[in-house]
Amino acid sequence: MVATVPTEERIWQLLEEVSDPEVPVLSILDLGIVRGVTVDGEQVTVSITPTYSGCPAMNTIATDIRLRLLAEGITHVTIHNQLSPAWTTDWMSPAGRQKLEAYGIAPPVDGTATGHVLNLFGQDTAVRCPLCKSEHTHLVSQFGSTACKAHYQCDACHEPFDYFKCHA
Amino acid sequence: MQITPSDASALDTYSAEVRHQLFHYVLQLADTSLILGHRLSEWCGHGPVLEQDLAMANIGLDLLGETRSLYQYAAELEGRGQTEDDLAFLRSATEYRNPLLVEQPNGDFAATITRQFLFDNFHYHCLRQLLTSPDTRLAGIAEKAVKEAAYHLKWSSEWVIRLGDGTEESRQRLEKALAHLWRYSGELTTPTANEKALQSAGLIPDYAALLPQMEAHLAHVFSEATVPLPQGVFMMTGGKEGRHTEHLGYILAELQYMQRTYPGLTW
Repeated sequence: MVATVPTEERIWQLLEEVSDPEVPVLSILDLGIVRGVTVDGEQVTVSITPTYSGCPAMNTIATDIRLRLLAEGITHVTIHNQLSPAWTTDWMSPAGRQKLEAYGIAPPVDGTATGHVLNLFGQDTAVRCPLCKSEHTHLVSQFGSTACKAHYQCDACHEPFDYFKCHA
Repeated sequence: MQITPSDASALDTYSAEVRHQLFHYVLQLADTSLILGHRLSEWCGHGPVLEQDLAMANIGLDLLGETRSLYQYAAELEGRGQTEDDLAFLRSATEYRNPLLVEQPNGDFAATITRQFLFDNFHYHCLRQLLTSPDTRLAGIAEKAVKEAAYHLKWSSEWVIRLGDGTEESRQRLEKALAHLWRYSGELTTPTANEKALQSAGLIPDYAALLPQMEAHLAHVFSEATVPLPQGVFMMTGGKEGRHTEHLGYILAELQYMQRTYPGLTW
């Protein structure tokens, strides 16, 4: 097989087709975890950053990136794990937030990260129910089905739902 | 390796001595988060309610993630070709450098909460100081972990208050846990010779500077919990230099048996 010399633009297009394994409606670009792409001849380097230190999806994401690029004949791929600057929900695209809500997960409400640890039992963030759109919801637990989500319940329709935690 | 760490590191600029000291310090941090993360994972499926079971598993996972970044850096600092897995699975109890607090058994929920709170209060404040370490790699790991540690400290602080200011039984259990675990709290901020050398070099936080913030938060939480703090207790130390309680050996036996039995086994 003749090795393809790709352009950076082409790599970004291909990464748009790689989805998050936990939330398949989101591409890894929607999530904002791709921090950089460099192309040097045949050598492609993709830098990704974890949403949480222990995110178990990182290896799957790296494999999915390699497979997607391999399908285009791109074989010289290095994947870097870049911790700093640390990922923030601000990097999640507006399209990503809409897809998240349509999928049944409430998108992050900006500016509500738990930065003030002395603010114990502080007011819960007003999170809109992704199902019935009521703002009458309450926090059940800061720790949900995955590291990046909190567990909420709607007081209007009573459905439990996941909330993608704000991480500023 | 699937993914390689890419954050900048001042590793090549260090003298052999500083590099060796940093290796031991980073190993100490990694051992600490690994052992506490493992303890929390023991709760999986046994939590008092589903939400708190999930919370403990989540916190354990965060700590394990931090552990991996630290072991990867430690392996690079050591420069002898060991991997993160070698460091976690092939060292004996006397080579582990975690403080005694984190290896203490889970006990009941109150004991787990007390252990977690005493650790989180140190962890969060220490990470905040590490953000400005001239060691950019450690600062990067701290930048990631501190956001998670803030959620951990809020969770354990609220539970100390709920248990202390809760029912007669929850209060008694919290007091009993505190009376037992308090003796292990001093080690966190008692520097070893290795930590003192790195503190003098300005690479890691001076614990004396952390104490006012830690003590203020501790006093606030236990006053809300209406539980008095123990006074004049002799503080146990030694874990950070490899002298452990008998509990660590049992943890490692479970954690390491697969690699010890089938060396080099992979999925």
